[in-house]
Amino acid sequence: MQKNYLEISQVGIEFPTEAEPFRALQNVNLSIQQGEFISLIGHSGCGKSTVLNIIAGLYQATEGGIILEGREVDEPGPDRAVVFQNHALLPWLTVYQNVELAVKCVFKKTKTKAEIREWIEHNLKLVHMDHAMHKRPGEISGGMKQRVGIARCLAMQPKVLLMDEPFGALDALTRAHLQDSLMEIQHRLGNTVVMITHDVDEAVLLSDRIVMMTNGPAASIGEVLDINLQRPRDRLSLAEDPAFNAYRQQVLRFLYEKQKNPAAKPKQVESASKSEPKTDKVSAPEAA
Amino acid sequence: MSTATITSKIAKLQSLITVANLLSALEKTVKAAVLPLTGIVMFLFLWQATASNIVTSLGQFPGPGDVWNQSKILIEEHHAEREKADAFYVRQEVRNAKKLAKNPDAKVKIRPYTGKATYFDQIFTSLYTVAFGFLIATLIAIPLGIACGLSEKVYSAVNPIIQTFKPVSPLAWLPLVTMVVSALYVSDDPYFEKAFLTSAFTVALCCLWPTVVNTIVGVASIDRDLIDVSRVLRLSWPVYIKTIVIPSAIPLIFTGLRLSLATGWMVLIAAEMLAQNPGLGKFIWDEFQNGSSSSLGRIMVAVITIGIIGFILDRLMLALQKRVSWDKQAIFR
Repeated sequence: MQKNYLEISQVGIEFPTEAEPFRALQNVNLSIQQGEFISLIGHSGCGKSTVLNIIAGLYQATEGGIILEGREVDEPGPDRAVVFQNHALLPWLTVYQNVELAVKCVFKKTKTKAEIREWIEHNLKLVHMDHAMHKRPGEISGGMKQRVGIARCLAMQPKVLLMDEPFGALDALTRAHLQDSLMEIQHRLGNTVVMITHDVDEAVLLSDRIVMMTNGPAASIGEVLDINLQRPRDRLSLAEDPAFNAYRQQVLRFLYEKQKNPAAKPKQVESASKSEPKTDKVSAPEAA
Repeated sequence: MSTATITSKIAKLQSLITVANLLSALEKTVKAAVLPLTGIVMFLFLWQATASNIVTSLGQFPGPGDVWNQSKILIEEHHAEREKADAFYVRQEVRNAKKLAKNPDAKVKIRPYTGKATYFDQIFTSLYTVAFGFLIATLIAIPLGIACGLSEKVYSAVNPIIQTFKPVSPLAWLPLVTMVVSALYVSDDPYFEKAFLTSAFTVALCCLWPTVVNTIVGVASIDRDLIDVSRVLRLSWPVYIKTIVIPSAIPLIFTGLRLSLATGWMVLIAAEMLAQNPGLGKFIWDEFQNGSSSSLGRIMVAVITIGIIGFILDRLMLALQKRVSWDKQAIFR
């Protein structure tokens, strides 16, 4: 196993605005091992998606860079597949054709026609979508679409699987099913995964490490939490596991004490001035 | 109660249900037809009432009845002309047969009939001309629209030109097109009539713009996620345009094409009048110059024909859109 399989090194980014450039990220450093499952968590607008887009190559970092297997990457490519929040399937293609488009881009020269077909079917089976292969995205549910989105990425055999709040738009039950599927697949294939999430339970359940981000502007990595829970993990037994709950507490504490939600700030300041004791102000937002 | 009576009762009930179903279906059809029919009947009355109060130098303005009669006359003239043509060919064949009987080596020829074009010939000419012009416009407009939609730079370069030429009337183009066609299309054995080319190019120049503008909007509004997917997959340009750009833009491309065809059909009539292309426009012009007591009625027939054909053309485009569109659930109107 490589120590620094994927390295995010001194990454910062500025977006041009009318007044002055807006600095979204600063000094983001992270080393990821092969086969590791990393979650990025933080409040809305803190720049999680920006980090993911920089790794994907969809955005270019203003300073610093991304090194994958010892090579700098600065443009998008199929070795860093992205699962989008809203599935991003082509609505005019069937489930099969959507995966086919990706497979043909990656394996056109190395696989025969029959192998390509087999590989597409294999990946759809992996996410339990082989029964709806010839349906269009409009004819299947949101959870199923996201399964196909995952199959499309897995079929590309990427070095890193990037997931941008993959289950954010799904209902709780569907989300749980998909989380279980994802855990099973990752256990079997050993993919390296970077996932953005808003959901603390999801982060603890799935990850090897949780990367917690400070609030923007000029957001950075606040804390990194190692999750030493044995795999395979089972959501039911974990719910009562004190270790699991301790991890949850730590993430929640980071999000709601150290990094107060910027959107809720004015209200909190008001209530703090009225009744809350002064000790609460010691851990005021660092990035403010 | 015996089983037999029960069965017969059930049979009766079933037949009653069938009758009820038929009645409700009939009711639906009647309801759907009632309002449009009422509208048409009211319009006809209004037309008749107004027409009887207008007297022009060519006599009374034609009411619905006169127009109906004129349309029958036009159909009769068409048949008469066709019979003449048939007779003309029969005569030639007879003559040729005789010639060959006398001298088997004689050279025989069939001369084409050169009688005047009937109303239906003129409709056909108009349709053919508009189709040609529309085709040229489409072949230019869609690629141009895609190029502008994909590249901000191309758009900035082309947009002022589009905005300048978009509002130009066909009548302004026509003299220029006429002179250019006469100057450039010089051939001893021309395949196309000059008047035909002039009309078709004028149509093309005027119906280019709706398709260009709508294609630009359609291409520029591709879902960002899909663009990102194409970047991650490193799709080549041809694959990107084929699998993502065109399917995304298809609904707006068709909106543009329908507007273009409607514009083209409108422009065509004016172009034919001035270019003397033997279509409906020329028919109207000739009738106007002719100035007989039946002229206004015949022009009115043409007006209604133009309207109905325009409507049919739009429905055809809609049918084509339904066929081509990937989203069968979409509502088309």
